[in-house]
Amino acid sequence: MAQANAQTADQVLVEATEPYRPWTELARRFSANRLAMGGLVVIALLVAISLTYFCLKLTGRTWPYDPDATDLASRLLGPSAAHPLGTDQLGRDVLSRMLFGAHISLTVGFVAVGIAITIGIIVGATAGHFAGWVDNVLMRMVDIVICFPRFFLILTVVALIKPSLWNIIIVLGLTGWTGTARLIRGEILSLRERDFIQAVRALGANAPRIILRHLVPNALTPVLVSATLGVAGAILTEAGLSFLGFGVQPPQPTWGNILTEGRLYIFDAWWLTIFPGLAILVTVLAFNLVGEGIRDAWDPRLKV
Amino acid sequence: MPDTNQELLVVEDLIKHFPLKGGFMGRTVGWVQAVNGVSFTMSEGETLGLVGESGCGKTTTARLILRLIEPTGGSVHFDGHSVFDLGKEELRALRRQMQIIFQDPYSSLNPRMTVGSIVGEPLEIHGLAEGRAKEEQVATLLEKVGLAPEHMRRYPHEFSGGQRQRIGIARALALEPKFIICDEPVSALDVSIRAQVLNLLGDLQADLGLAYLLISHDLSVVEHIADRVAVMYLGLIVEMASVEDLYANPQHPYTEALLSAVPIPDPAAKRERIFLSGDVPSPITPPSGCFFHPRCPVRIPECEHTVPELTEIFPGHQAACIVRQAEPKTPG
Repeated sequence: MAQANAQTADQVLVEATEPYRPWTELARRFSANRLAMGGLVVIALLVAISLTYFCLKLTGRTWPYDPDATDLASRLLGPSAAHPLGTDQLGRDVLSRMLFGAHISLTVGFVAVGIAITIGIIVGATAGHFAGWVDNVLMRMVDIVICFPRFFLILTVVALIKPSLWNIIIVLGLTGWTGTARLIRGEILSLRERDFIQAVRALGANAPRIILRHLVPNALTPVLVSATLGVAGAILTEAGLSFLGFGVQPPQPTWGNILTEGRLYIFDAWWLTIFPGLAILVTVLAFNLVGEGIRDAWDPRLKV
Repeated sequence: MPDTNQELLVVEDLIKHFPLKGGFMGRTVGWVQAVNGVSFTMSEGETLGLVGESGCGKTTTARLILRLIEPTGGSVHFDGHSVFDLGKEELRALRRQMQIIFQDPYSSLNPRMTVGSIVGEPLEIHGLAEGRAKEEQVATLLEKVGLAPEHMRRYPHEFSGGQRQRIGIARALALEPKFIICDEPVSALDVSIRAQVLNLLGDLQADLGLAYLLISHDLSVVEHIADRVAVMYLGLIVEMASVEDLYANPQHPYTEALLSAVPIPDPAAKRERIFLSGDVPSPITPPSGCFFHPRCPVRIPECEHTVPELTEIFPGHQAACIVRQAEPKTPG
């Protein structure tokens, strides 16, 4: 207060009339967190690589090599200047395959979790805000979905329909929303009795405004953390499906199926498993760090 | 029968019973009779203090008046409009006229929003101002409650309890209401801050002609700011009078006991304390007759059967006690 009073009237006026931006505030707090920034850099790099190689694929160009070009003369070569991450059992360049496979993992992670979070927030917020029988019906629905073992449900579905990338994403999304729905519902049930919600109701706000501006933002913190874990989990699930042969089908490279093919040569060609494994590890770690960073920056009470 | 067109607020026979769920499949096994038929009127620019112990239905009454919860029975007329009969849009329009300030300044502000968005939100909801115009209005409001315009970019957690209560007051003032319910506005604040906030409320009333329904369990706060006082016990008003009359000459034995419990800041002062025996009866199974009779020091056998009406004992001084109605207590 004393500091504020010491400012000249002009300064106060300029500061007051300048539009306030909550997102710059969030960004400022986030950027002070080094680990989270590291994670963000990794994710940004991955996104850049994914976009670049997705475009290359669309235009039919390749770099450094064609990921599908086999060369049996140079099969299972260790890392070298020509092939920085070695070659696989068919002589394909591992670096090229990993670069071209990056966008698959990220797409699976982002889109599947995007679908799951959207459904989860809608279902959870509706159940929490309206309570009563609406809540009962929706939560019994959640119970039913939870009853299916997720991985085997996905296996069954991809056994019935073609195991394409989008089918996997949709199944992951449609089965992954229950946790979010429960989290959001629980948070909102406790929030809706709080005075600030009563105050907004007394001001005449309608249900969408109360849910979207007051309830959901306050319930989002645990969801963000579970979402980042979800991205990591979806990437791992895709790798697991590829391992069982139900994932994205070869020869299209993904980190999951490179790892799986490399498994057969783990004692002769360690680079086939180590590099895709590291890529998955670093990606998952990056998402977790960013998630925690966002959580800390989003909750103004944690940092004063 | 009060004239619903003349008075600002007319509350008649307001009832709220909450269902008590329990047993198999959440059946209703009983009712909590939170508000049992409360009636009072208020005129423009007036302050009515509503006092009583915790759980006596003060806050429920406030929320019913604003229709934040739906009533079991009774009616509320505000400015001639029947609040419980209004449609969605009409109710929204009416909310510009009546606002509320909450007890706990820590839970009454959205922690995720800046002070500017909190105070500006009512303007947004009712489409009164946007962008630059909104910020200018918010700045004016903040200055009105003793904060600085640059505070609008900060978050509620960066403020003290008293400052947060000022933010809540600014939010309530944004729509320029005629009537504000102050639900224990200072009981969560340090004693040193209370006077500041009470004086702010008083100044705003003088400037803007506001009517306050001041809910409190603190009789000294009510004495400081109210014009009239209503005393509640178990969901009923047991006594209502002007501040001077009520404090000088309480009629209902419950009011007497409450007043005798107010500490006097003088160690030498001697006075008779009235100690009530027993606890407040459960609002699920209230006593027969007069709700106060099990604890009443002046009860007569009739009290167990007769439900006392709130009737005038002296001009402008009402009490719901058959003993005092028959034989009013004289001051002194």
